[in-house]
Amino acid sequence: MRELEDGLAELRQTFKSGRTRNAAWRKNQLRALIQLIHDKEDKIFEALLQDLGKHPVESYRDEIGIIEKSAVNALNCLEKWMAPKKSRLPLLFFPAKGEVMSEPLGVVLIFASWNFPISLALDPVIGAIAAGNTVVLKPSELAPECALFLAEFVPLYLDCKAIKVIGGGADVGEQLLQQKWDKIFFTGSPRVGRVVMSAAAKHLTPVTLELGGKCPVIVDTLSSPSDIKVTVKRVIGGKWGPCSGQACIGVDYVLVEEKFAPTVIDLLKKTIKKFYGDNPKDSKNICRIVNKHHFGRLHKLLKDPLVAASIIHGGSLDEEKLIIEPTILLNPPLDAEIMTEEIFGPLLPIITLNNIQESIEFINSRPKPLTIYAFTKDETFQRQIVSETSSGSVTFNDTMVQFACDELPFGGVGQSGFGRYHGKYSFDTFSHEKAILQRSFFPELEPRYPPWNDFKLKFIRFGYKYDYFNLLLLLMGLKK
Amino acid sequence: MRSLSLRSPFQNCSEEVNSCLNKAIIYGYTYKKNPTSLSFPSPSYSKMDKEETKQRKFDVKEGGLLMKELRTSFNSGKTKSYEWRKSQIQSIATMVEEKENEIIEALYKDLSKPKTEAFVSEISMTKSSCKLALKHLKSWMMPVKAKTPWTTYPSSAEIVSEPLGVVLIISTWNYPFLLSLDPVIGAIAAGNAVVLKPSEIAPATSSLLAKLILEYLDKSTIRVVEGAVAETSALLEHKWDKIFYTGGARVGRIIMDAAAKHLTPVILELGGKCPALVDSNINLQVAARRIIAGKWVCNNGQACIAVDYIITTKQFAPMLIDALRNGVEEFFGKDPMESKDISRIVNLFHFNRLASLLDEDKVSGKIVYGGQRDENQLKIGPTILLDVPEDSLMMKEEIFGPLLPILTVERIEEGFDVIKSKSKPLAAYVFTDDEKMKKDFVQNVSAGGMLVNDTVLQLTVSSLPFGGVGDSGMGAYHGKFSFDAFSHKKGVLYRSFDGDANARYPPYTPQKQTLLKALIGGNVFGIILALIGWSRDDSDDHISV
Repeated sequence: MRELEDGLAELRQTFKSGRTRNAAWRKNQLRALIQLIHDKEDKIFEALLQDLGKHPVESYRDEIGIIEKSAVNALNCLEKWMAPKKSRLPLLFFPAKGEVMSEPLGVVLIFASWNFPISLALDPVIGAIAAGNTVVLKPSELAPECALFLAEFVPLYLDCKAIKVIGGGADVGEQLLQQKWDKIFFTGSPRVGRVVMSAAAKHLTPVTLELGGKCPVIVDTLSSPSDIKVTVKRVIGGKWGPCSGQACIGVDYVLVEEKFAPTVIDLLKKTIKKFYGDNPKDSKNICRIVNKHHFGRLHKLLKDPLVAASIIHGGSLDEEKLIIEPTILLNPPLDAEIMTEEIFGPLLPIITLNNIQESIEFINSRPKPLTIYAFTKDETFQRQIVSETSSGSVTFNDTMVQFACDELPFGGVGQSGFGRYHGKYSFDTFSHEKAILQRSFFPELEPRYPPWNDFKLKFIRFGYKYDYFNLLLLLMGLKK
Repeated sequence: MRSLSLRSPFQNCSEEVNSCLNKAIIYGYTYKKNPTSLSFPSPSYSKMDKEETKQRKFDVKEGGLLMKELRTSFNSGKTKSYEWRKSQIQSIATMVEEKENEIIEALYKDLSKPKTEAFVSEISMTKSSCKLALKHLKSWMMPVKAKTPWTTYPSSAEIVSEPLGVVLIISTWNYPFLLSLDPVIGAIAAGNAVVLKPSEIAPATSSLLAKLILEYLDKSTIRVVEGAVAETSALLEHKWDKIFYTGGARVGRIIMDAAAKHLTPVILELGGKCPALVDSNINLQVAARRIIAGKWVCNNGQACIAVDYIITTKQFAPMLIDALRNGVEEFFGKDPMESKDISRIVNLFHFNRLASLLDEDKVSGKIVYGGQRDENQLKIGPTILLDVPEDSLMMKEEIFGPLLPILTVERIEEGFDVIKSKSKPLAAYVFTDDEKMKKDFVQNVSAGGMLVNDTVLQLTVSSLPFGGVGDSGMGAYHGKFSFDAFSHKKGVLYRSFDGDANARYPPYTPQKQTLLKALIGGNVFGIILALIGWSRDDSDDHISV
């Protein structure tokens, strides 16, 4: 605790010194971060393999590559983001200048999660640095190798008086939450999200909560075989691709018309075999479950007899290696836990509907997800999905790729969280947009001041309407 | 347990607030006997009292029913249409136009707010908000195109603003009309269903709002719940899609804590001690007038962006005080207590709070101008104090009233440290002709917003976001920012079925990694090399697992 407070005091001192407000400092830190992931790529691969059995290609795609892209983008755009934006002012204020300037918030706290232990830790850090804050990063203790890596190497590359990594479990998290921060950025579950926000309320600290939710995939009945093939590949890529389904924007379940379901299921099975081989449990191309606790949780989902009966593919588990085979379920009961809770693992329920239009109602009767995926060529249906459902984001005809678009805000709504980041949004998330109005001493409009009389009231009336003609008449005494 | 921790802090203030409320009504009586030149129809307080007792009880259960009704209306999708939004905002504009006198009268009852001030700061501002929203609504609602990286080629992307759902707006008593309707306009513009809880401390405006909104707006989607602590607590038990709160930091914490239970995002518009740093190289007369406009012309200092205290140099202070005194007398006459151009203190609770700030031992001797008070009329005259000690209550708490302490420093630059040593204010003002100082102030002082060489006007500029930072709150509104405050920005990505890069999918190979590297890095040359099987990258041997 003592150590923590000293560390925090140092961060506050650094922020106060103004060093982090400097564009040069921000750029140097971003460059150092890029250097870090270049130099230590091997170590990152190794840590991710240890923590999650993540294949280096997956690690590069979802972690190192993402961080590099974000950091390079921030580096390239920094000056533009930092530049104050001019605001238009009413003529009545002339001469005056209005602008909005982004200023750093101060000392910020970032809680990362274990499923993408490098990218979900460093991506927000990039935003916090770009915005000129000092940072405490608390990696997840559930990915211990990655946490160790960050604690060891971040201080070697980045300004250790401004950016600190504090490892530890829930007790450390709690201690951190007792301190006053200028912003808390949290990635994780709704349950802990509530605790974080409640603690933040004591200090009036703004929070960004990146939570999850059950992200559905709507698969419309497609006619072209090549489209179906691409769809199935992308569904698999969005389910088992990212950390074996342990991803907040991973596919949670599929909605498909009953008559089209067999085609999809058949192709799913075939493609899974192609991607992961005959014995997926031995595949190096798929992550394992993070720990015993989560393994047990997923196992429990499958134990429900009605759910077990709905398994149509896979379903075998290896508790020793913490591996669960890609598993497909057809129409498990909707009130079973697998359909009420976020799955966060390699189980894919397929829910069949009579008509794909019903998917909108289906999604709307559940908490708002972080993402809705839909594979359809029907533009009317696309428009309907955008306007009639609510979710953090919507992606048509693909999965996961929205995460890589720096120009799109990434964040939830309702149960899936609030606040957004990526690209410029990361910068904004860690900035305060300060409004600045500059006036001169001349001219001075008399009617602003008491004692009040009818003339002044009229003047103000015209002023608010920007009715300069009548204003002029009034001033010349021509208007009664 | 939860409801206990939620309610107890409220309960502490409920008694004082309620007793003050009653007293204020009583004092309202006495005050109304004073002749005024503004000819209002005679106020009917007895009627109001009756209404008060008649008020039905609003509890958690009733809150649930209300919520259900509004959610059903929201789910029907009617609030999403442009037509609905437009018609509701138009109705607000009509309402303000048609009921101008009633509104001014209610504000007079609650705060003795002068007619012109009521017009300037509440009626006109509300009208401008409606006008602006109506003018721009269509363009605000339009999805904004977003660029996509060519990694995802072919694709297109847009950002869609969608309504959040059913939102709760809890407003306050100092600008009870504007600060209720301004956020409501934003919430409607963004297509939400709304519950407004006006402040019970401005009872006349609260009941007028309840009456008018029922009369003018769509009852199935926009509602007013009147009441105090119990009603607010009942409302907070429910799950809202956004809570917008204007008021003090203490209640702000309670609101945010209640919101945390339901993961509801909040906007907190709080206050803080807004400083005015006054340099000596300025047009003194104009500066003094503008400071007065930002203090006593602002609801007699009871405003969140009113000037709270002044910092100037020792040398310059006497001149500034003279100019302020002259200005006050010019605006409010020799005896400001008799002026009808200045608001009264809202109620006895706040009167006593302000009196206790003045009566503190180390403060009472520092008054250099004013200091008059009249408990019966709830009036405190414009009061200037010089060199109040930093550890006094007056310099620690937000004053929110007509007391203006002036702190002096040797060199004006020392003022920066004074400001930075306190929590971040909602607004910071500086009066100077020195360009470097302007720049330093803007760069180095943190505040919700800042204004150079004037006060309060930033509030009227709809192209500037209005909101606090740190202890002065979070989130911003006004103009388009209001629309954004009540919208979710949904990223929508349209991909085609073409352009499927196999490198994304397992089984993973070294070639795939090289290609991915080039793709993510946007390295065209690398991609071509990788595709034709060459690679400049010698890191392939990492891959072997």
